[in-house]
Amino acid sequence: MYSERVMDHFMNPRNMGEIPDADGVGEVGNPACGDIMRITLRIEEDRIVDAKFKTFGCAAAIASSSMATELIQGKTLEEALAVTNKAVAEALEGLPPQKLHCSVLAEEGIHKAIEDYRTRHGAPEANGG
Amino acid sequence: MLPCFSERFGNPSSVYALAREAQVTLEKARGRVAAAIGANPEEIFFTSGGTEADNWAIKGVAAANRKKGDHIVTSAIEHHAVLHSCRALEKQGYRVTYLPVDAFGRVEPGAVEEAITDTTILVSVMAANNEIGTIQPIAAIGEIARDRGIPFHTDAVQAIGAIPIDVDSMGVDLLALSGHKFYGPKGTGALYIRKKTRIGTFMDGGAQERGRRAGTENVPGAVGLGRAIELAVAEMPENAPRLAAMRDRLIREILETIPDTRLNGHPVERLPNNVNVAFRYVEGESILLMLDSLGIAASTGSACTSASLEPSHVLTACGLPPEHAHGSLRLTLGSRNTDEDVDYVLSVLSRVIERLRKISPLNPER
Repeated sequence: MYSERVMDHFMNPRNMGEIPDADGVGEVGNPACGDIMRITLRIEEDRIVDAKFKTFGCAAAIASSSMATELIQGKTLEEALAVTNKAVAEALEGLPPQKLHCSVLAEEGIHKAIEDYRTRHGAPEANGG
Repeated sequence: MLPCFSERFGNPSSVYALAREAQVTLEKARGRVAAAIGANPEEIFFTSGGTEADNWAIKGVAAANRKKGDHIVTSAIEHHAVLHSCRALEKQGYRVTYLPVDAFGRVEPGAVEEAITDTTILVSVMAANNEIGTIQPIAAIGEIARDRGIPFHTDAVQAIGAIPIDVDSMGVDLLALSGHKFYGPKGTGALYIRKKTRIGTFMDGGAQERGRRAGTENVPGAVGLGRAIELAVAEMPENAPRLAAMRDRLIREILETIPDTRLNGHPVERLPNNVNVAFRYVEGESILLMLDSLGIAASTGSACTSASLEPSHVLTACGLPPEHAHGSLRLTLGSRNTDEDVDYVLSVLSRVIERLRKISPLNPER
């Protein structure tokens, strides 16, 4: 059902944890639906120097958060905002159709964390957030 | 069973010697199924499985009694074979009462009595639940239905071989069973229909199964089913207490050693092979995949393993909030499981839960 890449990121998640006093925090999902992602970012000069996640959810949700945080490490905020759910799913060598919403959630989590940073730092609104 | 695929391949509906032999074999299998549930052989009809048997019982009784009434009483925690059959009938204008269950998943017999009206034509309550293992008060419900002259169907797919079943003492008029639940072949099952029960045909065609279920019989399947049910019932007095002891140890030690965990289903009125627990802050599919990587096959009521993205209707009906239902784990014991298997599960489960809780943002100890 899952690609090897998904299983690898599920069994050995990258960037798992929470950045203390993070510069941006994005929590998305709903426990009733069975998925919650919490993305925390360390941002220096508009660049993501660290990204971590905590996720309640299935293997696809955990792997999507792991991959999404990998994809945005070291990226500028604009570059990170351009990372789509499709890019996350492709990097995972695909997700089953009923699990694509997990990659959407990862994209939303990143957008929300960047928005949170920009709101707190009085910067302009995130594009497409 | 195997010879029926090769040298003894006769079609029981034909007249040649090989066919007569197949017919004898088929009837022997029918007798074994009947004996297992206290029925007469001519009340046993082979089907393609439990799902077909449930469909036939519900839709067949509904169709044959349409002039008499249009109301069916069932429970909220039935298998989808029953629930979706009822939903299909609702679309045709029938009315269905889905009785609630208590926190342990039990149907209150008094609620069945209250739900019955002058137009009720069928009561259908499962003998034991497939997810949480709760055993229903079938004999009490059967007595109520019998007093009101209403046919009583029970989905006994999970119960056969696990608890004693007797259609007469339980007041059952229709009973669905499935071969692969007691080590018979997949794609085999049967419907018990008490004599004189008004029921329509489900499969139309040839005169097989005394004209009530058309289609050339799955002779090897029926033979496998017959032998399997005979063994399951014969071994039950030895197997059931052994499995129940392993079940109780699993439940006790999981609840004792892993915090924020609860038992789903009934503590006592429970199938001997069923363990179902909910772990807070983690999701069931993740638990299953980690257990699978450790060689343990289990299942969950989490939405994430279903296409519908809805958590288990059974756990929800028991009043479990969705976020707890998502973290449910079902372990089913088989007759070959040993105390060492239980030790192994217990030795790895707490680590799996701990690991997933570390990843979870819901865990208050983060």
